[in-house]
Amino acid sequence: MNYKTFMKGGMAALMAMSLVACSSSASTTSSSSSSSAGAIKIGASGPLTGNAAVYGTAVKNAAQLAVDEINAAGGQQYEFKAEDDQADAEKAVTAYNNLVDWGMQLSLGTVTSGAGQAASPLYKEDSIFALTPSASSTGVIYKDMKDSSTAYGNIFQMCFTDPNQGTASAVYLNEHKDLGTKVGTIYCSDDNYSTGLETNFEAKAKELGVEVVGKQTFQTNATDFSVQVKQLADAGANVIFMPIYYQPATLILQEAKKQGVKATFFGCDGMDGILSQDGFDKTLAEGLYMLTPFSADSTDEKTASFVKAYKAKYNETPNQFAADAYDAVYAIAQAAKAANLTSSMKAKDMCSAMVKQFTSMTFTGTTGSNVTWKATGEVSKDPKAIVVKDGAYVSAK
Amino acid sequence: MAFLSYLISGLGLGSVYAIIALGYSMVYGIAKMLNFAHGDIIMVGAYVAFYMLSSFGMPVIPSVLISIVVCLVLGVVIERLAYKPLRQASSLAVLITAIGVSYFLENGALLLWGADTKIFPNALPQGSLDLGSLSVSYLSLLTIGVNIVIMVCLTLFINKTKTGRAMRACSEDKGAATLMGINVNRIISITFAIGSGLAAIAAVLLCSAYPSVYPTLGSMPGIKAFTAAVFGGIGSIPGAFLGGLLLGVIEIFARAYISTQLSDAIVFAVLIVVLLIKPTGLLGKKTSEKV
Repeated sequence: MNYKTFMKGGMAALMAMSLVACSSSASTTSSSSSSSAGAIKIGASGPLTGNAAVYGTAVKNAAQLAVDEINAAGGQQYEFKAEDDQADAEKAVTAYNNLVDWGMQLSLGTVTSGAGQAASPLYKEDSIFALTPSASSTGVIYKDMKDSSTAYGNIFQMCFTDPNQGTASAVYLNEHKDLGTKVGTIYCSDDNYSTGLETNFEAKAKELGVEVVGKQTFQTNATDFSVQVKQLADAGANVIFMPIYYQPATLILQEAKKQGVKATFFGCDGMDGILSQDGFDKTLAEGLYMLTPFSADSTDEKTASFVKAYKAKYNETPNQFAADAYDAVYAIAQAAKAANLTSSMKAKDMCSAMVKQFTSMTFTGTTGSNVTWKATGEVSKDPKAIVVKDGAYVSAK
Repeated sequence: MAFLSYLISGLGLGSVYAIIALGYSMVYGIAKMLNFAHGDIIMVGAYVAFYMLSSFGMPVIPSVLISIVVCLVLGVVIERLAYKPLRQASSLAVLITAIGVSYFLENGALLLWGADTKIFPNALPQGSLDLGSLSVSYLSLLTIGVNIVIMVCLTLFINKTKTGRAMRACSEDKGAATLMGINVNRIISITFAIGSGLAAIAAVLLCSAYPSVYPTLGSMPGIKAFTAAVFGGIGSIPGAFLGGLLLGVIEIFARAYISTQLSDAIVFAVLIVVLLIKPTGLLGKKTSEKV
C-alpha cells in the first residue's frame, strides 16, 4: 500500500488506541487497592479537579480517614473508592458506572447537587443505598425537586437540603437582628444550588417579617459585580445574603470594599473554603458569617478528635464537607452494624436494610447531635453559624 | 448620579475588553486569522504574573516583563506548531485548530497549576480618585492610559517602521510580499509575538481588576473582547479600542437598567445586530484599509 494509505490507517489506529487509553485511565484509584476479603465496598464520586475540587478532595480525604479508623477498630471491614466527576452531570454518570463495575455496594453518592441529580436515577434503578455528605438540592433525593412524594427513598443526605439551609438562614437572621435588619440578596441565577437556597430564604423571610430590600443576580463565571453591589447599597441593605460559592463571593467582597459598602455578609455552605484560597487577603472576609453545621474549633470531643486526626494525616484543617463525609461513613457503619450486613450480600438487599435503619436510628457526629432522617432522605439537625474573626473561622452565638 | 457612576464602571470594564480586543484585531489584521486561543494566552500570562508576584515576591514591572516574555514565546510556539501548517487550508480549519489550542492550554493549566482559584495580589494601585460623590478607580485610569499608549505605539510601528510596512504588505498579499523579498514566516511570527505580548499586559490589568485566577479565566473575557473587536471593526486598532469601551458600557448599562440576568445575552446580541447591519463593524471599512 502506498504512503498515504499507510498514514491514514496509522492515524486511525492511533486515535482508536488513545480513545481506549482515555476511557480506561479516566477513573482515579482508591488508596487501598488490595481487595480485602469480606470488605464492604463504599463508593463515592465528587469533583477531584475543577472549580469545586476543594469539596471533592475534602470528602475523599475524610471518608478515607473514617474508613481507616473503622477498619483499625476491628469488626466489619470496609473499602473506599472515590471517582472524579468534576461536579459535572455527564461525568457523574461515567463515575457511577465505573463504581458499579468496581463492585460498589453502598455509596456516599455525589458531592455536588448538579452531579447528584444526574446520578440519583441510576442509584434508584440499581437499588444502591447512597448517603451523600453534601449534595443538598432536593433534586438529589426527589425525582421532581419540588415534590417530596416523588422521593427516591434510597438516597439520603447528611447535609441540610437547600430549602432547609435557606429557611434556616432566614430564621438565624430573624433571631440575630443585631447583624442588621435590611437584607439584600445576591445569588447565581443559573445554578440550582443558589436559586434553591434563595427561593426558600425569601419565602421564610416573608413569613417571619424579615425585610428584604433588594435582590440581585449574576451568572456563573461573572467577574464584574459593580452594578449589583451598588444597587444593593443604594437600597439600604445592611445584611447581604449570598447563597453562592466562595469564588464569586470573593469578588463581591472586593467590590463592596472598593465601593465602601458596610454590611454584614452572610453565606451558606458554599462559602466554606474562602479562607484557604491561595493569595486571599483574609481581612476581606473579616466578619463574614456562614451557616454551617460544623466548626473546626468546636470543643466537643468528637469534633476535636476528628480535627486532630485529619490535621495529622492531611496537614490542613478540615472543612464542613470533610466533616459531613466523615459523619456519613460513620453513620453508614453504624447502620450496617445494626443491620448485620456482610460483604457477601447483594447491594439491593443491603439497600433495603439500610433504609430501614436510617429511618429509625439516631446518630451523633461532628456535624450534629441526635441527627435523624425522614423517609424522604432529608436530615434533621440544628443549624449553627460561624463567623470569620482575625482570619479564622470561629463559632458564632 | 447613578448614571454617571455606571458610565464610569462601564468605561473601566470596557478598557479591559479593549486591551484584549487589540490583540485579536492586530492578529486578524495582519495574519487574517482569528486566534481564539488569545484568551487562554491571557490566562497563562495571568498565572505567570501571579507566581512571579506572590511566590517569588518580585516587584510589578519585572513580573509583567517576565509574563510578556513567556506569553511571547508561547504565542510564537503555538503559531509555528498549530497555525503555520494550515496556512493554505480553509479558514474553518484554522478556527477549529485555534479552539483546540484553547482547550489544550486550559487543560494544561489545570494539570500544571491545579483547579483551586488563586487570588491575584494587589500589585497595582487600588485606590480611586474621588470627584464629589463619584469615584474613578486608578486602575481604570491606568488601563485606559495603557490602551492609548499601546494604540499609539502600534500605529506608529505599523506605519513608520520597515517591519511595520512588511506587516502591511503581508496582510494585503502574502504571495506578492514574498516576491518582494519579505520573509513572511518571520513577519507572521512577529505578529503573533506582539499579539501575545499584549495578552500578558491585558492579563495583569484584567486580574488586578478581577483578581480570580483559574484555568478558564480567559474564556469569557476572550469571547466578549472578540465581540468588542468585531463591533469596532475587526482588523482596526482604533476600532478595537472603541468597540471595547462601548461594549463595557453597554454591558454595565444593560445590567443596571434592563436585567442582571440578561446582560450577557444583550452583549452577545450586540454582536448579532452588528453583523446584520454593518458587518465590518463601526470603524471597519469594506475594502483593504488594513492595520
